[in-house]
Amino acid sequence: MVKERKFRTPPKPNTSPLHGLWALTNRDLRKWYLNPIQLLISLIQPIIWLALFGKALNFGTFIAGSGATPAQQNAILLSFFGTTSYFSFLACGMLAFIVLFTSAFSGMSVVFDRRFGFLNKALTTPVARGSIVMGKILQSVGRSLVQAAIVLVIAVVLGMDASHFTVLGIVGAFFAIFLMGIGLSALFTMLALRSADWQTQTAIINLINLPLLFASNALFPTKIMPTWLQDIANVNPVSYANDATRQLLIGATNMPNLLVDFSVLIAFAVILSTIGIVLSWRFLSK
Amino acid sequence: MSTTQNEGMNASKIVKVENLSKTFGALKAVDNVSFEVYEGEIFGFLGPNGAGKTTTINMLTTLIKPSSGKAEVCGYDVFKHANEVRRSVGVVPQEYTADEDMTGINNILLCADLYGMPRSDSKIHAEELLELVELQDAAKRKVSTYSGGMRRRLELACGLINYPKLLFLDEPTLGLDVQTRTAVWRYIKTLKEDYHMTLFMTTHYLEEADSVCDRIAIIDHGHIIKTGSPEELKESVGGDVIVVSVKESEPDISSDIAQIKLVTSVRKNDSTYRIKAELGEEASPQITDLIRSKGLHVTKVSLTKPTLDEAYLEFTGRSLREEEVDKLQMFRQRVTMRRARS
Repeated sequence: MVKERKFRTPPKPNTSPLHGLWALTNRDLRKWYLNPIQLLISLIQPIIWLALFGKALNFGTFIAGSGATPAQQNAILLSFFGTTSYFSFLACGMLAFIVLFTSAFSGMSVVFDRRFGFLNKALTTPVARGSIVMGKILQSVGRSLVQAAIVLVIAVVLGMDASHFTVLGIVGAFFAIFLMGIGLSALFTMLALRSADWQTQTAIINLINLPLLFASNALFPTKIMPTWLQDIANVNPVSYANDATRQLLIGATNMPNLLVDFSVLIAFAVILSTIGIVLSWRFLSK
Repeated sequence: MSTTQNEGMNASKIVKVENLSKTFGALKAVDNVSFEVYEGEIFGFLGPNGAGKTTTINMLTTLIKPSSGKAEVCGYDVFKHANEVRRSVGVVPQEYTADEDMTGINNILLCADLYGMPRSDSKIHAEELLELVELQDAAKRKVSTYSGGMRRRLELACGLINYPKLLFLDEPTLGLDVQTRTAVWRYIKTLKEDYHMTLFMTTHYLEEADSVCDRIAIIDHGHIIKTGSPEELKESVGGDVIVVSVKESEPDISSDIAQIKLVTSVRKNDSTYRIKAELGEEASPQITDLIRSKGLHVTKVSLTKPTLDEAYLEFTGRSLREEEVDKLQMFRQRVTMRRARS
């Protein structure tokens, strides 16, 4: 077969960094939503916390045994939790919990991409190095938001107080955890930039994850913590996300101004993702 | 587009490397290497594991930064104009980089997106490339169901999605069966002959370098030891071997044979002469004529051309290699070999 074979004239490439960013984000997201088992397993843990921990640790019953009047009981609960329902307080913490744990593994897929060569392949293309990192961050945040939405629905089914829900409140609450997710994913992604070793990466995740969770107000209000722990919890961005979601979803009172929460969260997200992008220029390739 | 063969001095150089070095800690992986690749040729980097082949390719494809020296690819400096280099070349890495959870076609489209190719074009181009590597029927299957040969062909298609002028192939046939290996060689030749592309490949298979490459550089311990066409390399190890058998009990005329101009050495064993000569085809009739002119009888003649194996062993030595190599690279190579056989 004799035929003149020739590739057509190449088209003008689209050099917008968003083109590659979307392709990389979509690659990871597709893998995730085409594999629902992964999603189901990731939901089990927060549900166990909600159902076992949240239901068992009934602060209302605690205080009811103290002989205080119902009005006094509510006043005590309000002063500690900003709400009379500990379960609702914890449910908001669980939104942060699932975002934190999903973000923690955002670096893992960098490790696997490095290990199996996909990262090298991407690095030989003109795609912006920053897009590679931002793609990992966005895919993890995208997953976090979907999982958080499911956890929220389950929490309501299990008895979370939904009387304060408004559209704006829900949008605002998800914006808060979106910002937290960006910052945390950027943190864990940059820790994995150089690594091809998933065991070390798992160890790092476990090392950071639990302290971030316990040294925050996700499970308990900072008021009942010793002062040294309060100091840590008060600079922990996870606490600010919880403050925001509690005010916006369950109308919690006795909390810092929403403006403060969002300022801290925006700063956290912008600073950490900027550091992530800058580090990617230097450290993604050897 | 130029299709000038390598010998022409005016063939344009698509890769220019000058005194390029890369050190990892105390290890000099690539040590002061200089060479050129001409437009339209298939250039092979031949050498044992850990010789510095992949490190060189990684520098030329902008994956790692050179420690010193200069390299220009398609007219761009690999360090200063990395993005222009990335846009003009295609890369087929040693390992299988395709995403196993995605289909073949989606993998190619993902590569196209990373190059910023508009979808309107990449959809058509992906089909063309799938046809080129004969994967049309498997295009919509997940890569996890592909055999090693199919994966390798998919990698090749991905490497071509940005219409490169120059394609880098790192060990393109590592661990493949004979059929796939032959097919890959066929694609490589098609790309050169029909599409007028330049190909730069590394290999440690001698037959591959011999049958596919126009020019070869033998590299070992980070140094280029010898560059030339496969024929030149073979000739440089001392020419052809001619074995001439004569009737038993005839007199030894070794010293007369040694007088022939093309002959470099003669040894007689029983009734057989073992003669080394340049241009064996011309030397052997002269030898038989001489023997007959002395009134003696030739019973058998055989001519053996030197193989590239001999040239290679001559240049790289015969000792076995037990070198320390990059752990991650070895891991990837093992994964590649394992998957190639699946």
